[in-house]
Formats: sequence, structure tokens, C-alpha cells
Amino acid sequence: MMEFITELLQYMSDNSAELIALTVEHIVMVLQAMGLALLVGVPLGILAAKVERLAPVILSLVNILQLIPSLAMLAILLIYFGLGNETVVIGLFFYSLLPIVRNTYVGIKEVDPGVSEAGIGIGMTPFQLLAKVQFPLSIPFLMAGLRVAFVIAVAVATIAPYIGGGGLGKEIVGGINGQNDIRLIAGAVPAALLALMADFILGIVEKTTKRRFRSVS
Amino acid sequence: MIQLKNVNKVYEDGFHALKNINLTFEEGKLNVLIGPSGCGKTTTMKLLNRLIDYTDGELTIDGKLISDINPIELRRQMGYVIQSIGLFPHMTIYDNVATVPKLLKWDKQKISQKVEELLKMVDLDPDTYRERYPHELSGGQQQRIGVIRALAAEPKIILMDEPFSALDPISREQLQDELVRLQKEINKTIIFVTHDMDEAIKIADQIILMRDGEVVQKGSPHELLTNPINQFVEDFIGEDRLRQARGLPPMTAFVDEDYPSVKVTESLDAAINVMVEKKKDQMPIVDADDKYLGILSLYDAVKNRDSEIKNLVDETVIAYRESAEVEKFVASKETIAPIVREDMSFIGVLDQDQLLEVLHEQVDQKSGVMS
Ligand SMILES: Nc1ncnc2c1ncn2[C@@H]1O[C@H](COP(=O)(O)OP(=O)(O)O)[C@@H](O)[C@H]1O
Ligand SMILES: [Mg+2]
Repeated sequence: MMEFITELLQYMSDNSAELIALTVEHIVMVLQAMGLALLVGVPLGILAAKVERLAPVILSLVNILQLIPSLAMLAILLIYFGLGNETVVIGLFFYSLLPIVRNTYVGIKEVDPGVSEAGIGIGMTPFQLLAKVQFPLSIPFLMAGLRVAFVIAVAVATIAPYIGGGGLGKEIVGGINGQNDIRLIAGAVPAALLALMADFILGIVEKTTKRRFRSVS
Repeated sequence: MIQLKNVNKVYEDGFHALKNINLTFEEGKLNVLIGPSGCGKTTTMKLLNRLIDYTDGELTIDGKLISDINPIELRRQMGYVIQSIGLFPHMTIYDNVATVPKLLKWDKQKISQKVEELLKMVDLDPDTYRERYPHELSGGQQQRIGVIRALAAEPKIILMDEPFSALDPISREQLQDELVRLQKEINKTIIFVTHDMDEAIKIADQIILMRDGEVVQKGSPHELLTNPINQFVEDFIGEDRLRQARGLPPMTAFVDEDYPSVKVTESLDAAINVMVEKKKDQMPIVDADDKYLGILSLYDAVKNRDSEIKNLVDETVIAYRESAEVEKFVASKETIAPIVREDMSFIGVLDQDQLLEVLHEQVDQKSGVMS
């Protein structure tokens, strides 16, 4: 066991430049997917919250996306988008939609009706009410969704090499294929650390926004 | 001036919530809508800022049909305070109060001055509270902010839907007092919804009592208290408040009809005998037709035994009509109150023991309320 660990550390320090590059690539893919998911998911969540008729449609759609097994999803995307990191990002984006859409929706629905009534009653337009009151108050929920999405994306991104993508999956998949445990672990440990760190940091962000935006007595 | 003429509201589900409402809210008056839960108070109020549209009838503000006024602009010219307070939890007190002025794009300087002035008005130190968040304030303080948020853009009309009913009794009393004071200072037209009669009586210029979507009675607190038009109004106001408002019962409630009287034609000795026997030091004297003449005192009678009653009668002691208010006697310095009918015929004398008992009761009740 000790031997294994020394060997692992040796491998990691020998290949540190490569590993760091892969980690960065991994993070970039996840961040791109998160950006896209926020860009699309937040408006979808708001739409679902505001137009009650659309809510079931939107929510079940993103739910179905989430239910597709990751390899199957990536395989389907492969057909349309070809090999490469872009395809991975699109896949991660689809996976992240559910927590972001759902949490935006719930966050806006959860806004105290008294607070919304006050906003309307003092003369806010529907857009002002959304922008100044309802959306800011939904941010803690959104943050919780983002946290879940992030952790899922970090994990799912490790299968990127199967569709020609990069990131830490390269080490893991390479390790599996070459029956090289050291390589596999050298990829898995940073990926796991990444997930834990993302969870921890976004957890703090979530708590802070909760204090800041939801501090109702 | 806000006027509702034959206003009806039928909700989408067919529920007839308001039936032929006719109301006038005068400029600068504090109007209270009151009635049992579900009678249509909130519905009536929400017609005024177009949170609800009426089904038929006519609703005008200063002669202008409300449906011709843009609802967003209308609301910005009308304060709105609700029971749940509804402060924006993610905004500082400053930003909460400044909401409407900001929507109206006032300049920063003017907004800042206004917020400061309003905070001072409700006794919250601007330097302490400006940058705080709503959850850092007590319920009473939060609703003070709710009230001044409604005042910030200097609206002429303020709508308040049970603004104080979720507060503890002490804060509620304080805010009521402040509202009455504010109303005197700033002279707004206030429409105030409550289900609490004490609150209504305390603050209202006009009370509008509703039931099942109809206005049952409207008038000043005094009018409702002294002249409730039917049993429902009486029940809603409550026995205690009515009794208190009526004050003391009239003279007739306290007549001691057994009190002796003597005809002026009788002998002085006879009169003295009656007084001694009945242990009275004063006695009403009547004429042959039983009409009241004046009072004979035992002291005078004994001192002037050779005289006659008619020379000793003290005619300055006036008699009270049976319908007279007891307060008159209480306020006078008389020691005896003869009571007569309209034709001056003698009935009896005010029973002071009984009166004293009732007075005591009232004093107890009042102090009971205050403790
Ligand atoms: N949106 C609605 N649809 C149907 N009925 C309603 C609606 N809003 C209120 N009502 C009914 O109208 C009546 C009056 O309501 P409201 O004005 O809120 O009463 P309150 O005097 O307690 O403020 C109640 O019976 C209530 O159930
Ligand atoms: Mg109500």
C-alpha cells in the first residue's frame, strides 16, 4: 500500500504539467457548461414560474434530459456534433439544466406572496417585480441548484475521452484501458478533489446568499 | 375624493363578493372598512388600486373614472400597507423606503432627504436604521417601515389592509396613536381595513361596517355607537362599547319613588314628623296637583316651627325631568335631585346610592381596560 502511494506520488510529480493541463481543461469544460446552463436554465425557470401553463412542459423536459444515461446521451450528441470537447460541453449543459431550471422555478415560487403583493401594490411593473424582488430572492435556491449541477458535471466530464474530449477523464480512461491503476488514480483523485472543492465553495456561496437575500425574520 | 356608485364585484368563480356598494371617501379623512372576515373589505380596498377590477358600477377618483387611469401610475400615487408588511428582505431599510421614489426617478438628494425625514417621523434614528435589513427590526418597527414606505412618494391616498393586526398589543396601540397623529400632520385620505372595533373607534373619521358584500351602516364612530341601525350593528359593536358610549342611564333608572313628599297645604309639624320618621333631612314639597314646588329642609323646619311650609320652601332647588341625563346632576353641586314628569308632577328623588354604585362599576371597567 505504501509502495502504491509513493509510486502514485512519483507518477504525479513526474507528470504534473500534464495533469495540471488536464485539470484546467476539465474545469474549463465544466465552467462552459455551467455558463450555458445558467444562460438557458434561468430564463426557462423564470418562464415556468411566470407562465403556469408552461411549467409542467418545461420541468418534465429537463427531467427527461437528466434521466438519459450519460454514455447514451454523449453517444447521441456525438452523432450530431462529432468528436471533441464541444460535444462534451453540450452534454454537461444538458445534465445541468434540471437542477438550475428547477431551482430557479422553486426559488421564484417560494417568494413570500406578501412581498410580491407589496411590490405590485406600490406600483412595480411585472418586470421590475421580477428583476428587483423575485429574482434576487430566488438566488439562494439557484445557488443550491448550481452546486448540484457543478458536482454532477465534474463527475460526468470524466467520460469525455469516449467522445474525443479531454480533461482528467483522459488519465482515468487511459488507466482503465491500459490496466494502469496508477494512471487511473492519478486522474481520479484530482477529479474527486475538484468535485469536493466545488461542493464546498458553492456551499459557502449558497449560505452567504441565503443570509443576504433570504433574511426574513 | 373617491366615489363608488353601485359597484359590484363578481369573482371568476361566480361568487358575488360586493353588492351595490355606494361609498364616498372624503379628502383628508381616515376611513375604516370593518366587518366580519370574508365580508368584502379587502376586495373593496383592492378595487381602489386596481389590484382587482370591479364587475359593474362606477368608481371615480377626483371625478376621474378609475379604469381610465394607468394601474402602475395609480399605484405609485397611492400608498399600500398590508398585514404581512411585505418589506423586501434583501434590501436595506433605506432601499425599502426609497422604492417608490426610485421607481419615479426622483433625484438621489431628494430621496435621501425624504427617507431621513420619514424615519424621524416614526421615531427611528436614521443613522442607526438606514443600513439595516428588515429582519434586524422588531415587528412593530418593520410595520413602521411598511407605513413610511407607503408615504415616501407623498401619495394623497393611502390604503391599509389590517396593517396592525399581526402586531403585539403594545406595538399596535403605539402605531394606532402614531397613525392618528400622522393623519393630523399630513392630512392624507386613508382607507383602513380592520376587523377590530376598538381600533376603528379609536382612529376613524368614518366607519363603514360591511356584511356579506354589503354596506350595513356608515358614519362617524359616535353615530355608530349612539345610533346603531340594526341588531347586526349592535352585535358587532358589542354590548360593552354601546353601554360605555351611552354613558350613564337617564334619570328614570335611578328614581326612588318611595321618597316621601308633602303637600304645601299640610302643617309644618306633619312635615317634620314624616321627615323624622323616614330619616330624611330634605323633602320635596308639592302643590295640590302634585306639582313640584321646592325643597323643605328639616333644619329650617325645626328652627321655624311657628311658620308654614309655603314660607320655608326653597324654590332654588330645581327638579330634573325624567329624561334628563344623570351627568347634569353629577356635575352640579346639589345634594338632592327631585325628578318630575314633563308637566312638573312629582315622581320621586334620584337614588344616590344606586347612582354611586353604577359610577363605581364604570370606573372599574375603565381601569380594567387600561391595565
Ligand atoms: N379571487 C377570488 N375568487 C373567488 N372568491 C374570492 C376571491 N377573493 C376573495 N373571494 C371571496 O370574496 C369574499 C370577500 O373576500 P375579502 O374581500 O378578502 O374579505 P375580507 O372582508 O375578509 O377582507 C370572501 O368570501 C372570499 O372568499
Ligand atoms: Mg381581508
